[in-house]
Amino acid sequence: MKEICDRTLDLGPFEPKPGDDQIVCRCEEVTQGEIRRAVHDGLFTIAEIRRYLRCGMGLCQGQTCARLVKGIVARELGVSPDELEPASSRAPMRPIEMSVFAKEAERDER
Amino acid sequence: MNRTDLIVVGAGPAGMSAAIEAAKRGAHVTVLDENSRPGGQLFKQIHKFFGSKEHHAKVRGFVIGEELMEEAARLGVDVRLDSTVIGLYQDKEVVVREGEEVSHHKADAIVIATGAAENMVTFEGWTLPGVIGAGAAQTMMNLHGVRPGERVLMLGTGNVGLVVSYQLKQAGCDVVALVDAAPRVGGYGVHAAKVARTGVPFYLSHTIKRAEGTDHVTGVTIAQVDSHFQFVPGTEKHFDVDTICVAVGLSPMSQLFKMDGCKVVDDRKKGGQVPVVDDRGETSIPGIFAAGDVSGIEEASSAMIEGRIAGLAAAEYLGFIDKDEMDKAVAANDAALDGLRQGMFAPKNRGELVTTTEEGIPVSQSLLEHGYVADDEIARFPGVTGRVGIHPVMECTQNIPCNPCQDACLKHCIKVGDHITQLPAVEPNSTCIGCGMCVASCPGQAIFLVDEKDEEGFADVTLPYEFLPVPAKGDRGVALGRDGSPVCEAEVVSVRQTRAFDHTTLLTMRVPADMAMRARFFRAGSANAATNETSATAATAAAE
Repeated sequence: MKEICDRTLDLGPFEPKPGDDQIVCRCEEVTQGEIRRAVHDGLFTIAEIRRYLRCGMGLCQGQTCARLVKGIVARELGVSPDELEPASSRAPMRPIEMSVFAKEAERDER
Repeated sequence: MNRTDLIVVGAGPAGMSAAIEAAKRGAHVTVLDENSRPGGQLFKQIHKFFGSKEHHAKVRGFVIGEELMEEAARLGVDVRLDSTVIGLYQDKEVVVREGEEVSHHKADAIVIATGAAENMVTFEGWTLPGVIGAGAAQTMMNLHGVRPGERVLMLGTGNVGLVVSYQLKQAGCDVVALVDAAPRVGGYGVHAAKVARTGVPFYLSHTIKRAEGTDHVTGVTIAQVDSHFQFVPGTEKHFDVDTICVAVGLSPMSQLFKMDGCKVVDDRKKGGQVPVVDDRGETSIPGIFAAGDVSGIEEASSAMIEGRIAGLAAAEYLGFIDKDEMDKAVAANDAALDGLRQGMFAPKNRGELVTTTEEGIPVSQSLLEHGYVADDEIARFPGVTGRVGIHPVMECTQNIPCNPCQDACLKHCIKVGDHITQLPAVEPNSTCIGCGMCVASCPGQAIFLVDEKDEEGFADVTLPYEFLPVPAKGDRGVALGRDGSPVCEAEVVSVRQTRAFDHTTLLTMRVPADMAMRARFFRAGSANAATNETSATAATAAAE
């Protein structure tokens, strides 16, 4: 894997591209342009981008956009998407109301 | 804490197969699935499956699903639906949302068979209502009996895009075009051909430029792309549609492995992030197994075998069987899996261009570029012969692991041979009695019976027909060529439906003798009449 965390990487100036106003993450309404700009702002990993823009952090948890975001970030960095560390996976794996999350089933069923 | 021997996450073909194998060996098995219905994608599959007898070939997907559920129930497998696994923790603790509560389950072994999710592409207007995944369209039609739209454009010519396009036609939708950015059809040629002959045009090296509409899709513009996937100016084509279906591949839903600390890897040939597994499906954490699409995108048939292998390995891990017994049982499954992974569409050939068949015959370029074999290409394939009298014509032109036609013919007219991917050939000196079993058995709907009656000046062509309403004997209409364009007038001379045909109607149409090798589909009414076929299979499936 390439050292894509090399913070000295010079990406050149941010230049607007067609499609920048297109929404990529529907849940959090993040556009292609915002993601591209974030990379130019120095956010080189998916985890950073997620925290910065919240893309992939909404209702579907990146089910739809994770692959798309990865593609955009990789293209911007000039690397293959395979070389980017994917976002971490943690519970809850599916959206869940806090009231349910906090409600442990009281008795064992068997 | 609920304790059990084995927890299977996902009640699809892989998960249920794993549960069945482990339960057969005496393990207590709990299957958890977030959906309200079991079976994963199987109950959406109304088409007949490819493969050999051992792989449930020519059985429709939903029937396979029913068989799996029955077998699991007999073996006492506890299938818990509406049970969403929200976390997998150390020491195989599974946290599950069931109803309005969170419960904890613990097992000594775990099989994760969570399947895959559909990929998306972005284009202008892709967030408009009416842009849906092909899987969603399938769910609407085949599970809920809802037509996704009236006029549909399909993006993606992999097997999902092709099969769903056909099913949309069966449901009575007008499929205006099949579009793919790739220069060649990605799925099985026979799936493409059965869509093309109904008159759906294929646009390869094209993709969607924009979806039009303000609050829902009202149209779509596609344009040609060059070899760098850049739009070619001036090639735009517009279609009035209310639905755009996207079938651009699947990604494994492998998050649970990563969360639990199993080693994962990005593997493009497998569709994305997958767990690193050994040949039994065991991950880097002993006792945690993967099976089905989650460990690499393939077909449901291979998912079921992978599931069986993982189930056996789990039973061995748990001590229900010894290693010898496992190895023996796994070996049989390995052979079956190996059989399915042969041919032009084998995982190892993904992304490769195969230009000749195993027999050394050039692959039809028209099939790859337009979705149908051209009239001047068809005669070079071994299933296509111009015999006198009634005989099967097998327009099976790519090496895929499938051979039900060979078993279907009691007169031994058809030979695939020992190698399951070989193209079917007509046996010389055999006598076809026109029973039609081969026509109904072909999952690719690629077999026709042709009876050329030269003296009388006409020919009878029998074709598989899976649309409603079923034409009646005496109906007149138009015969369509492989490319879906009208070639001549036709009259229905026989309509056969029997139990053995499993909901495939055998329609025989009479056409002029010189059209015997060109006429391949029947459309009622005049040449310009709109089609309004609906799916015989879907209707029957719903009725059952």
